[in-house]
Amino acid sequence: MRKISIDPITRLEGHGKIEIFLNDAGEVENSYFQVPELRGFEKFCEGRLAEDMPQITQRICGVCPEAHHMASAKTLDDLFHTDPPSAAKKLRELFYSSFYVTDHTTHFYILAGPDFVMGPEAPVAERNIIGVIGKVGLELGGAVINTRMQNHHIIHMLGGRAVHPVFGLPGGVSKGLNEEERKEVEQIARESVEFAKLSLKVFDDIVLKNKEYVDMVLSDAYTHRTYYMGLVDENNKVNFYDGKVRVVDPEGKEFAKYAPREYLDHVAEHVEPWTYVKIPFLKKVGWKGFTDGKDSGVFRATPLSRLNAADGMATPLAQAEYERFYSTLGDKPVHQTLATHWARLIELLYAAERLLELSQDSEITSPEIRTIPTAVPDEGFGIVEAPRGTLIHHYITDERGVIKKANLIVATVNNTAAINMSVKKAAQAVIKPGKEITEGLLNRIEMAWRPYDPCWGCATHTLFGRAPITINIYNSEGEMIKKLTRD
Amino acid sequence: MAKLKVALYWAASCGGCEIAQLQIGDKILKLVEVADIVFWPVAIDVKYKDVEAMPDKSIDVCLFNGGIRNSEQEHMAKMLRDKSKVMIAYGACASGGGIPGLGNLFNRELIFERAYFETPSTDNPNKVTPQPKYQAPEGELTIPEFYNTVSSLLQTVDVDYIIPGCPPEERTTWLALEALISGKLPPKGTVISHNAKAVCDDCPRKKDVKKVKKFYRTFQIIPEPEICLLEQGLLCAGVATHGGCGAPCPQANMPCTGCYGPVEGTTDQGAHFLGAVASVIDSNDPEEVQKVIDDIPDPVGTFYRYSLADSLLRRARIK
Repeated sequence: MRKISIDPITRLEGHGKIEIFLNDAGEVENSYFQVPELRGFEKFCEGRLAEDMPQITQRICGVCPEAHHMASAKTLDDLFHTDPPSAAKKLRELFYSSFYVTDHTTHFYILAGPDFVMGPEAPVAERNIIGVIGKVGLELGGAVINTRMQNHHIIHMLGGRAVHPVFGLPGGVSKGLNEEERKEVEQIARESVEFAKLSLKVFDDIVLKNKEYVDMVLSDAYTHRTYYMGLVDENNKVNFYDGKVRVVDPEGKEFAKYAPREYLDHVAEHVEPWTYVKIPFLKKVGWKGFTDGKDSGVFRATPLSRLNAADGMATPLAQAEYERFYSTLGDKPVHQTLATHWARLIELLYAAERLLELSQDSEITSPEIRTIPTAVPDEGFGIVEAPRGTLIHHYITDERGVIKKANLIVATVNNTAAINMSVKKAAQAVIKPGKEITEGLLNRIEMAWRPYDPCWGCATHTLFGRAPITINIYNSEGEMIKKLTRD
Repeated sequence: MAKLKVALYWAASCGGCEIAQLQIGDKILKLVEVADIVFWPVAIDVKYKDVEAMPDKSIDVCLFNGGIRNSEQEHMAKMLRDKSKVMIAYGACASGGGIPGLGNLFNRELIFERAYFETPSTDNPNKVTPQPKYQAPEGELTIPEFYNTVSSLLQTVDVDYIIPGCPPEERTTWLALEALISGKLPPKGTVISHNAKAVCDDCPRKKDVKKVKKFYRTFQIIPEPEICLLEQGLLCAGVATHGGCGAPCPQANMPCTGCYGPVEGTTDQGAHFLGAVASVIDSNDPEEVQKVIDDIPDPVGTFYRYSLADSLLRRARIK
């Protein structure tokens, strides 16, 4: 048995490692995606004040603290039986839409884009954001940087800090917008909508008009037939901030639709001895191992999943793109993992349109942004869609609002089983006996997990222009027979 | 001039420090002009054993973020200390243990029990827990050993400087990088920041040295926009927290929670904060004081939010 290690995989929420085992024939026997770290939030939140949870739980992830901050603030509304003023809910959603614009932009252009714009087997020195800008032009490159910067400015304006915001409270937010700030947000939103439209055109020109890419997107190596999960509004349209969780089966039929309070009837977490991360699955289907299909409880929670689980988008331009997505790819649900990148851009457009709508809302500058809770706190549930999946917070407190129990199902974690399966399938497709394992082939394995957007899609990765991977291949005696390092 | 050799590493942390390092924006290009980044798992492809092979003191500066929660993190901290001329604790977790340091109120067993057995969504009939070594059918799989106690970097190796914050604000990061680039380094042990005084000194809110009869929780009142939050009865840690951040939280109408660590000249931030809080209580009657203090249901999480692991308390004794 030979073993291939990819260690550390860094662009993840927490640290990560992939082990690939080859059999004596040189084929991929199995692979393991390991998360070697635990911090124990679910324990040490006990004893903390409930109202501190938005700021404490966001330290789970400094890449998407906004998602934890929102899920936690919503859990507190429920816990304290309080309903924030309408303006406060809109401000939270505005803040969150802005976060989505930055996050999806970062992922598409900086992390995933290079594979398509430059090509999956392009020289590593070119397969980065610098290469992308060279190919698509400085103007678009500037727009990428500008969009991120401007939307971070909105996050800072409302949240109080650039990383780890502070404005979420039970019953509302600590800070609102004045008219001057509102105008600034509206202008940024307009530019973000144009940017999202342009991004979809870039995807058309570079990916959809290239038969080789389309074939790769549609290939079996990057396909899994699973259940799909996503938050929807009352019209079953995609929503990031609020609504019910809808799950569709691999045929696209609604399998479940539930409110945050009911999550325990639907989601359970399996434990494996080789990783610190738990593995969520659909409780009513059951854990059947790392396998897809209707009989396996494995589900996915990604931009593609959200589109599959919904009936459409709530804004006009994104809705038109949604329709084009399914008419181009044929069936719904779409099972091709690589189509997640396209779905992400449709969500980018929706987030920008929603940001614009909210910035023009007559209520958005209202000073009525807090309700002071008066009821005795007991138990609260809150769900948002994080960019990387459905995020669940659940707290139980004593009558003073001190946390007795906390349960957290974190976004990226939802896709643990699917990422494992995707890596294995892509590895099986590209690693063949007698065929040299080149850097380009390894990148094709990486492309299997990149659509899930594990957390480390950071700008520097591309500044330095390479994914951090070394692959060591061992023979059955444990001797290294090949080493491949990117430099 | 030879380029500075810089290493960046992350241990038990959230990634917010990396985001903060990236937020120096365009200045990162200036950094790349004068410095070679020799190790940064987030960004570049140098593996652990490549670092192991470097001669001692061959790295000029290591910026280390995150606390020490497991065996791999301890190993990396010690190795990077040996390889680096200057070791910097970047952020609240490296300097004080940070929020994950609150794990010291429990132990490994209790944390595992909660995460892998007790949480209501967990389905684990065979009581499986993650193992440092596991024999899979295809071969051995390893993960680091989870420690009983979180330690800060300061408690683990000799540290030369601290860059405070959860995460450090952009201006703090750049101040430190400028010092490194210019070679004008402050005395060993310095907390690098724009203001050596407390956060109050950065804060535009007015202080009247007013005393309080009652403490409020953040959700219970809407504070006046221009008056000191502590004087309005909110437990603002600004008074016991190192300045330099610019006081962004009080300006967003929320109390400082202490992420920049202890004020210069103090070592135990929580004790200092507690003392400051006691001094604003408007009473000399022990019973009345007790009643005011009873309004603080989570003293450890309030006073030691980011510094428990590195404090005099360090950890809870678990019976």
